[in-house]
Amino acid sequence: MITNLLFLLLVGAFVGAASGYLGSFMVLKRMSLVGDALSHVALPGIAVALTFGINPMLGALLALSLATFGIWYLGEHSEVYPEALVGVFFTASLSIGLLLTPEPELLEALFGDIDKVTTLDGLMVIVGALLIFVITKFISKKLLLGVVSEDLAKSQKISIKKINLIYLLLVSLVVALGVKFLGTLLTGAMVIIPAVTAKNLAKNIKGFHIGSSVFGAISAIAGILIARFYDISSGPAVVLTAVGIFVVSYIIRRK
Amino acid sequence: MEKKAEILSVLDLSVEFDGHRILKNISFSVKRDDTLAIIGPNGAGKSVLFRALLGLIPYAGKIEWAPDAKIGYVPQKLAVGKDLPLTVCEFLGFKEKEKVKINEVMRSVGFLENAEHIHNDKRVLDTRLGDLSGGELQRVLIAYALLDEPNILLFDEPTAGVDVTGEETIYELIHKLQAKEDLTIIFISHELQVVNHYANNVLCLNKENISFGPPMKVVNKETLAKLYGEEVQLHEHIEGHHDH
Repeated sequence: MITNLLFLLLVGAFVGAASGYLGSFMVLKRMSLVGDALSHVALPGIAVALTFGINPMLGALLALSLATFGIWYLGEHSEVYPEALVGVFFTASLSIGLLLTPEPELLEALFGDIDKVTTLDGLMVIVGALLIFVITKFISKKLLLGVVSEDLAKSQKISIKKINLIYLLLVSLVVALGVKFLGTLLTGAMVIIPAVTAKNLAKNIKGFHIGSSVFGAISAIAGILIARFYDISSGPAVVLTAVGIFVVSYIIRRK
Repeated sequence: MEKKAEILSVLDLSVEFDGHRILKNISFSVKRDDTLAIIGPNGAGKSVLFRALLGLIPYAGKIEWAPDAKIGYVPQKLAVGKDLPLTVCEFLGFKEKEKVKINEVMRSVGFLENAEHIHNDKRVLDTRLGDLSGGELQRVLIAYALLDEPNILLFDEPTAGVDVTGEETIYELIHKLQAKEDLTIIFISHELQVVNHYANNVLCLNKENISFGPPMKVVNKETLAKLYGEEVQLHEHIEGHHDH
């Protein structure tokens, strides 16, 4: 039981750190809500996976990747500002997901259930999180230069389109990883909150990235422990812990 | 390397956005080591011309850079807010890992000129981009462009958003850069006196190429009237072109 809890804490920390790290770029790119909206797309994927008896994380990942290509394509090729389309697209997929998901699993799909995390799930999460860290680190300079000045990045022959696509795919991966812990409705929160918290306190970009990852990991660990102790759902516990840390950081910053 | 060979030649360049002609049949060339100023009223397409030169936008016509051309681009401004936690040192680190080289390039843009700046050097490197003054940011952008030792520098309005003292420092800096061997400079400017002081050639732009040549020949009453309307008066310093 204890080893099981330790394992869950470890896996949770990986999810939290990876989503925090990715989120730090998302906050700078001023697309905070994309992670949130994206997480809704996971639901139909989970529903289909449950129906066919495959791992819901894989179903979520598949649906998310498809959606990501969709958003990316709209963003790069359509004249219409993508935000409105994204909103329509995501609420639609949430509704479809609600209809498709078998009733007994619905609550779990929406808010996560940490007791359903198997050893295999946990290992998948850890590998996925490591992958996210390595790839994000590799493209981080290009991503940031794109944030600072797209023209400058392009003048250095950096393909912003390609970098953005890789980045969005990583975001869908992190959302898929978080689905079992936090559920589809709340995984987006873990991409945003730790990053915003770190932004309140960071003096430089390095501190910002480290802070986002650490706050993500701490929120996950503390949240899971609180959930266990009070026997409540892990998703809301983790998110509310993150919110609590954010409030503290906000007060510190204002001083 | 032949000293006066052309490093850039532009032939019949046209740019369209959504059916609007921004630039029409622009032709000019730039020789190695020259300094070209591009002037014209707002909306004349100066920045668009730059973006075409950098290959950032589609265009019709020909833009030919010399095979060894290495372009350093200094954008007019960055999309950074005050809250972006990116320090000068981290920004320069996008291009260069070695601290020694970063310090060197910071010195070359004037961040270590006097005792105050020695103290400031550390401060400037650790300052967020969003906290810099307009002039400081401009110099950091120049430093960034200089990091990979380009032989062409493109400046998009080097003194936009810079106060008067900062302006002077920047033009002094550009003047210093002109002395460098094999460095061609192309800059966009509003200020006619600056153009006369620093440029060997001027391209007056107003959607179509109005005139191109040395400032003494190009910047006269007629072209200015065509560019800006009749009300612009020629100031006496326009005549006072001097070589550097």
